[in-house]
Amino acid sequence: METTSTLEKTLRLIALTLVVIFFMFPIFWILLMSFQTNETILAIPPSVIFTPTLSNYAALITGKLTTAAGTLDIAFMRNLMNSIFLSVTSVAISLVLGVPAAYAFARHKFKGSEDIAFTLLSFRFAPPLLVLLPLTQYFQWLGLSDTYFGLIWVYQLICLPLILWIVRGYFEDISADVEYAYRIAGHSWFATFRKIALPLAGPGIAAAGLLAFIFAWNNFVFALVLASADKQPVTVGALAFVTSSGIQYGQIASAIVLSVTPTLALALYAQRYLVEGLSLGAVKG
Amino acid sequence: MSETALFIKGVDKFYGPIDHGVHAVKQLSMDVKKGEIIALLGSSGCGKTSTLRMVAGFEPVSRGTISLKGREVQTFPPVKRNVAMAFEGYSLYPPLTVRENIAFALKASRLSQSVVDEKVASIAKLLEIGDIMGRYPSSISGGQQQRASLGRALIRDADLHLLDEPMGQLEPQLRALLRGRIKHFIKERGLTAILVTHDQTEANALADRIAVMEGGVLQQFDTPQMIKERPANLFTGTFVGEPPMNVFSAGISGSGDTVSFGLNEGVKLDYKASDFSHEVRAELMKRSKVVLGIRPYAVRRSEGGVGAKVAVNQWLGDQTHIATDFAGGTMVLVEHDRTNLAIGENVGIRLDPSSLHVFDGDSGKAISHGQELA
Repeated sequence: METTSTLEKTLRLIALTLVVIFFMFPIFWILLMSFQTNETILAIPPSVIFTPTLSNYAALITGKLTTAAGTLDIAFMRNLMNSIFLSVTSVAISLVLGVPAAYAFARHKFKGSEDIAFTLLSFRFAPPLLVLLPLTQYFQWLGLSDTYFGLIWVYQLICLPLILWIVRGYFEDISADVEYAYRIAGHSWFATFRKIALPLAGPGIAAAGLLAFIFAWNNFVFALVLASADKQPVTVGALAFVTSSGIQYGQIASAIVLSVTPTLALALYAQRYLVEGLSLGAVKG
Repeated sequence: MSETALFIKGVDKFYGPIDHGVHAVKQLSMDVKKGEIIALLGSSGCGKTSTLRMVAGFEPVSRGTISLKGREVQTFPPVKRNVAMAFEGYSLYPPLTVRENIAFALKASRLSQSVVDEKVASIAKLLEIGDIMGRYPSSISGGQQQRASLGRALIRDADLHLLDEPMGQLEPQLRALLRGRIKHFIKERGLTAILVTHDQTEANALADRIAVMEGGVLQQFDTPQMIKERPANLFTGTFVGEPPMNVFSAGISGSGDTVSFGLNEGVKLDYKASDFSHEVRAELMKRSKVVLGIRPYAVRRSEGGVGAKVAVNQWLGDQTHIATDFAGGTMVLVEHDRTNLAIGENVGIRLDPSSLHVFDGDSGKAISHGQELA
């Protein structure tokens, strides 16, 4: 078992390569597509050799989409800004609400605390479409439909339970005695929460925040139903590329590349926190 | 010295609903004087750590009062109690070095940097951790973490120092050395300390008084010497002392000038009535059943004694432990010299009435102790 034979190594390499190709190929292909015109994309047989063009990106950034039927206005950049605004704000609010709540659930067992925590988690059980119809009605009565406020509120259904449950686990992993040691040295519980619990759970909070951001970013159905064009995120905005004169594959591809970039950048940046967060249990005092 | 530092009165601790949850501490009352070192001694789950945590303010008191320096504090948060604590699980702050961890405890006291540095240096010297002051908790051993945690508690100028198993992870030589140093440190500064331990050597060495707990009940609260010589009940008698006290249940019979204890397997111990005081004899005669206890180092071998058979003969380097089959049980003897008794050899055993402890057969409460028998 100690020595891996050359055969085993080769097989392992092949298997790994296959897996990487399987997962990376669509992204690679999208990237290629984003530099092609619709004609080269739809050419049969497909080819990886083509003259790259930046016209797709230019169209997205200028907001003018030229098709066979004429020029269309598209709001992709606005959608992108909406996505960033909605996701960042939702995650920020979820963190402000969820982290103290997670701490309370982790440290204080009170009557009904498990029930409340479970109810919050159950928000994620129901299919979104199930809650969406009644929600649309309520939002119309309340005047919340087609507002950023209303959307961010609904996004809490996605972000809050996620943050609450992940962060709670991290707080539970911190020995309560570390906090007691700080409190007995003459500090209030709030100072303890701020100076001891928050920094120790920091990597976990960062990981939960990142996950919530990805979920919020990728949300489609809430925004589709509850927001009109000027407030829609990229996930919904991409529908605009299905035009009367055909599907604009090149623009869709470059829109995907542009909309994936922020999450990808964030994930790469937060990677070290994620790793730290996952190995927190191994080094805790 | 007579000022009361801590006064616990009628304290109950329930985990879960009061009167229905787990009853961890039952009607505990005790007082600790300023400058005293107290040991809470007992096995796991006896309620000693719960007691300590109630005093610190980490566990709510279900019933009763806790007073520090005459002030009732049971409803106060830890920050208002001015107590220091060393935790069994060390509980150092992972992102800080050992030095920062210890200095951190002084942060709330707003001392100048030079005073803090001086105090930290002297604590480091006391606990032999000068060489690891710049290291992080995750990179040092359990014993080192424990000393750092102890340092963090001792450096504080608190009204009461609570030490939960403070030396459990240390190597024996270091433990013996630090025991002496810590006791000196506490006494020199006039600090008051409560130590939770299951190690009776530690309790004996450090404490002015020992509180023996079992099943949430305070069994006895007295000086180490009194606990050893006059155990209040069968539990304290058998729990404190190494090797443990030999105990045998016995029936009592007596005529005018003799008192006889009938042990299992027909073994009979006859004593002269004059070996016991009048009061003790009266107490004994009220009962049909008692438990006799005798410490292993008080058991003597003698030619005309009661028959016993050697089962184990161990030389431990400075003393011999001999276990014998006696009256259907085991009688352990401790002798200071090496003996060449063979396994299975018959010996005679003499139980001196002045070394006998007698406990009630039902309640386990002590009836009399050796010295007062005569």
